[in-house]
Amino acid sequence: MNNNKDGGLHARILGAQIFRNAVCIFLCILSLIPFWIMIVNATRTSVAIQSSFSMIPSTHFSENWQNLLYQAAQNVSLWKYMGNSLFIAVGSTALAVYFSTMTAYGVTVYKFKGSNFAWAFIMAIMMIPVQVSTIGFFRFMYKVGWGNSYWPLIVPAIASPSTVFFMRQYMISALPLEILDSARIDGSNEFRTFNTIAVPLMKPAIATQCIFAFIASWNNFYTPSMLLTSQAKFTLPMFVQQMRGERFRSDHGIIYAGLVVTIMPLFIVYFILSKYIIAGVALGGVKE
Amino acid sequence: MAKSNTTTKHKTVEYGRYGYYFIAPFFIVFAIFQLWPLIYTMGLAFCENYYDTMWNQEIGPTFNGLANFGTIFKGSDGTLFNTYTFNALFNTLIMWLMNFIPQILLALLLAVWFTDTRVKIKAQGAYKVLVFMPNIITAATISVLFYKLFDFPNGPVNQFFVNAGLWDQPFRFLMTKWATRGIISFINFWMWYGNTMIVLTAGVLGISPSLFEAARVDGASSWQIFKSVTLPLLRPILLFTLVNSAIGGLQMYDIPKLLTTSGYGDPDYTTRTITMYIRELAFTGARQTGKAAAASLVLFVVTLIFSLILFYIMRDKDAIAEKKAIKQAEKARKGGL
Repeated sequence: MNNNKDGGLHARILGAQIFRNAVCIFLCILSLIPFWIMIVNATRTSVAIQSSFSMIPSTHFSENWQNLLYQAAQNVSLWKYMGNSLFIAVGSTALAVYFSTMTAYGVTVYKFKGSNFAWAFIMAIMMIPVQVSTIGFFRFMYKVGWGNSYWPLIVPAIASPSTVFFMRQYMISALPLEILDSARIDGSNEFRTFNTIAVPLMKPAIATQCIFAFIASWNNFYTPSMLLTSQAKFTLPMFVQQMRGERFRSDHGIIYAGLVVTIMPLFIVYFILSKYIIAGVALGGVKE
Repeated sequence: MAKSNTTTKHKTVEYGRYGYYFIAPFFIVFAIFQLWPLIYTMGLAFCENYYDTMWNQEIGPTFNGLANFGTIFKGSDGTLFNTYTFNALFNTLIMWLMNFIPQILLALLLAVWFTDTRVKIKAQGAYKVLVFMPNIITAATISVLFYKLFDFPNGPVNQFFVNAGLWDQPFRFLMTKWATRGIISFINFWMWYGNTMIVLTAGVLGISPSLFEAARVDGASSWQIFKSVTLPLLRPILLFTLVNSAIGGLQMYDIPKLLTTSGYGDPDYTTRTITMYIRELAFTGARQTGKAAAASLVLFVVTLIFSLILFYIMRDKDAIAEKKAIKQAEKARKGGL
């Protein structure tokens, strides 16, 4: 009797396991299939793409790739767009992460008049999306002559409330205040203490936030597409928008190859760093 | 924790002023690049300001009171809310809901599965990596990819269904209102449920395992445990997810902009979101900056209301009741003494 019940339980657990794994595998396929079709079509000729559906790669990738480079170079080389995106992403990431650590340090380590208010204020502005002040931002930037420039895409990163939030959460658990006190006794001034003692101790959090800030800037389409007007300054997502236009419309192979090229850097970064990215998402989400 | 707090207070009190130096860059940059543009936008909302394309000159900005809001709230036929602004707002909300409801349900289900100690899923590390992956890919690229996939008549999706003999002829996805809305919602869902699942999984793992054990010892079923232990304790994280998703959803721009055929929310502006409309007003045609600023203000207020309502609905009633009870007990004790 007892044995029988046990057997039934085991069978039920096994059944649940099979079912749940099947659902998960289906979802994984769902995640991959659009990208797989993209990669397959990047290796086919435009005529083949037009005539039939296929899940098996063909052999025309280098052809499409050469055509893509050639078509893009009629205007601005594809590498230039990538370089632009990289420049903006590196600049804004460095500023966002360094100054967020600094701000978090200011509100965590020091008790001053208004420090609680400053923290509450940072939490509150986390909720305000940039899109609501677009109109004023755009006009203001053009008035000060920063319209068609990278400055408005890089400098505002200094005020990144969500990065400050993450840094503070980490700082509370990872930065022992006793170390700062002993540095003071040794005669280190406050800024040196921050740069040489606090920043190295914050390395794991800094690395995680670097990844997120970089990806956010690299993927940003909203602000650059509003501000930048000269083709030579365009970013990669803006180039992707152009691929829908007249110049590329006739050749489907080129478009798919272009999409592959813009996605590949992210794929590579993601599959190397996925462990840290997922851990970072889990940490950032648990706010209370 | 509390102990270390009190000691640091003593030790750092004389260094307090350095705190201002450390937080100064943040607040200066915030004031210049976010606060001032917001105030500027609010000011422009009450001004007449557009570009006269006939005479090639900018009109305004000159103060004109609530005239912009009049055109935003009242349609040309005089009915309230029958305007492009509220149409766009409605489109945005409906596409957000169509993505959020399945997203939170699936994420919750997966979070429960991945934390189930009885039915272990060994490959969950790999599943998480793959399911989260679309989240980090450029939304612009994904939109153009889906634009190609649902192309008419020779996009891969149409080819697949026609080749398989399921459909007689290709379907015009991006010329059909609900199909386009559905695709936009699906992309959002597909990009974000992995993220939500990871956040919720972390939340479930943060619940003390002894609670689950106790419930199981008491003979609670899986569903009872989910309903009476997991769900109430996940409430703060669910609130966070909800507010975050709602605010993000209201700003939806990249996907409908790059997926729809003309880029202006086809068919017939039924997939035009509020941010698309604001930018259309401000940067195309007559460049109606004043009206665009007023529409931005509406978006700002809706965002604010949304987060307040959600906070109110999701507030922890038990905790509030408990606090009240403690207060009353204290009062009673004091009275007794």
